[in-house]
Amino acid sequence: MKLELNPQQRAAREEFRAFVAAEIAPHAGCWDRAAAIPMELVDRLRERGYLGSNVAAEYGGPGRDNVTYGLLTEEIAKGCSSVRSLLTVHDMVAHVIGRWGSPGQRERYLPAMARGEILGAFCLSEPNAGSDAKSVETVARDDGDAWVLDGRKKWTTFGQIAGLFLVLAQLEGKPTAFLVERDLPGVTVRPLSGVTGTRASMLAEIFFAGCRVPKENLIGKPGFGVSAVMSTALDHGRYSVAWGAVGLAQACLDASRAYAAERRQFGVPIADHQLVRRMLTNIIAEVRAARLLCLRAGWLRDTRDPGATGEIWVAKYFASTMATRAALDAVQIHGANGCSEDFPVERYLRDSRVLEIIEGSTQIQQITIPLFELQEL
Amino acid sequence: MDQTQSKIKEFLSRFFKSHDLQPDEDIFSLGFVNSLLAMQLVAFVEKEFGISVGDEDLDLDNFRTINSIVRLVARKQGAAA
Ligand SMILES: Cc1cc2nc3c(=O)[nH]c(=O)nc-3n(C[C@H](O)[C@H](O)[C@H](O)COP(=O)(O)OP(=O)(O)OC[C@H]3O[C@@H](n4cnc5c(N)ncnc54)[C@H](O)[C@@H]3O)c2cc1C
Repeated sequence: MKLELNPQQRAAREEFRAFVAAEIAPHAGCWDRAAAIPMELVDRLRERGYLGSNVAAEYGGPGRDNVTYGLLTEEIAKGCSSVRSLLTVHDMVAHVIGRWGSPGQRERYLPAMARGEILGAFCLSEPNAGSDAKSVETVARDDGDAWVLDGRKKWTTFGQIAGLFLVLAQLEGKPTAFLVERDLPGVTVRPLSGVTGTRASMLAEIFFAGCRVPKENLIGKPGFGVSAVMSTALDHGRYSVAWGAVGLAQACLDASRAYAAERRQFGVPIADHQLVRRMLTNIIAEVRAARLLCLRAGWLRDTRDPGATGEIWVAKYFASTMATRAALDAVQIHGANGCSEDFPVERYLRDSRVLEIIEGSTQIQQITIPLFELQEL
Repeated sequence: MDQTQSKIKEFLSRFFKSHDLQPDEDIFSLGFVNSLLAMQLVAFVEKEFGISVGDEDLDLDNFRTINSIVRLVARKQGAAA
């Protein structure tokens, strides 16, 4: 077995790194404090083809392989988890349209999403529904020439600027997914502020009041909103978040290594103190282990292996919990400076919390992962 | 039992180990079919038989028994030919 990147993947990673070092990492703290990313950055991402990575070439997308896509996600997350979350949700919606969209839906949305002209957002969570997706209270009803949606979504990442919402609603009691364009009458977007982590991810609450959605915008089939559509979106989201966690932890390591070499206490750099080295060692070992899980999951996805789904759950679980440990150690290594917004590790710790909650919380992972093994006993 | 049928049976048997699954047996009535298995089953038939399952195929009856999956595969392969 040979587990290494090919020359194109290595070259792509260098390109991503250079972009992040120039355009993202120096500004991420500022965006975090402003609780927004600038539209010029979205333009840069568009120009580079970093939005809609997974859109097939026939719809104008770059059709990146899953490993290269993972590398892009890791590098972006090294710079800023909020920007990473833009890629995550946009690509989740594009992935679902590519997978379960009708020919008409694919034609209408995928080329524009590949160009980043329309940004996608994922609307599952509500005030009373999170982990239990099937319990959403938003309702859709058949009204002749349209579906009529009523309800409220919460925590929609980049809901403030997205143009297309993938919405889960109950249609005659059956979970069903719809593609809802932002400028339809009956859609209201309310910015949501004050979150702990990924603060620049421009969260919103989305309200639907008698919103008439064209008949052709139901995606999948009635009753398949969770089992096919949202599961497919979350499968992609988990893959993206797993790589995002690797990027975040690598950023923790890079910052901690540099700080430990420079900061002196008791007459030596703190890196010379064994207990500090122990923390560095833990991050080094865990980030590598998580990256290997992600690479394996990516490879299984690229070979369309049915086992990819299970492997992605494991990668997301390990990588997200690992990122929390890495961020805690990184703050500890920085001492008081680790608690200051003048040092990025303070942001990394806040961002790491989010990774254990989104795309299936740590507890949901702990309940689900054994099923993959148990069901094969 | 033809090849398609036995490959599907072999795949599903991994999930219904202690049960000798019959070609016309309703897998949903046995319980145990969750969205994890559903995603893996779709990925399996796509990869194994070189077909692509689309939104038009989202119908539980297409996946209810080994034989209904065999029919879905035959239909998709016929359509692609
Ligand atoms: C920054 C951020 C961005 C987000 N972006 C989006 C987005 O773009 N789109 C979207 O739809 N949602 C989004 N969310 C919401 C996120 O998906 C939910 O927070 C998540 O699904 C968990 O749901 P919840 O918060 O309602 O928690 P709950 O489901 O209420 O869970 C609360 C606690 O109970 C635990 N728990 C729940 N059920 C069980 C169980 N069966 N067994 C054991 N423990 C259990 C959970 O693990 C958790 O610890 C975002 C959230 C955040 C913080």
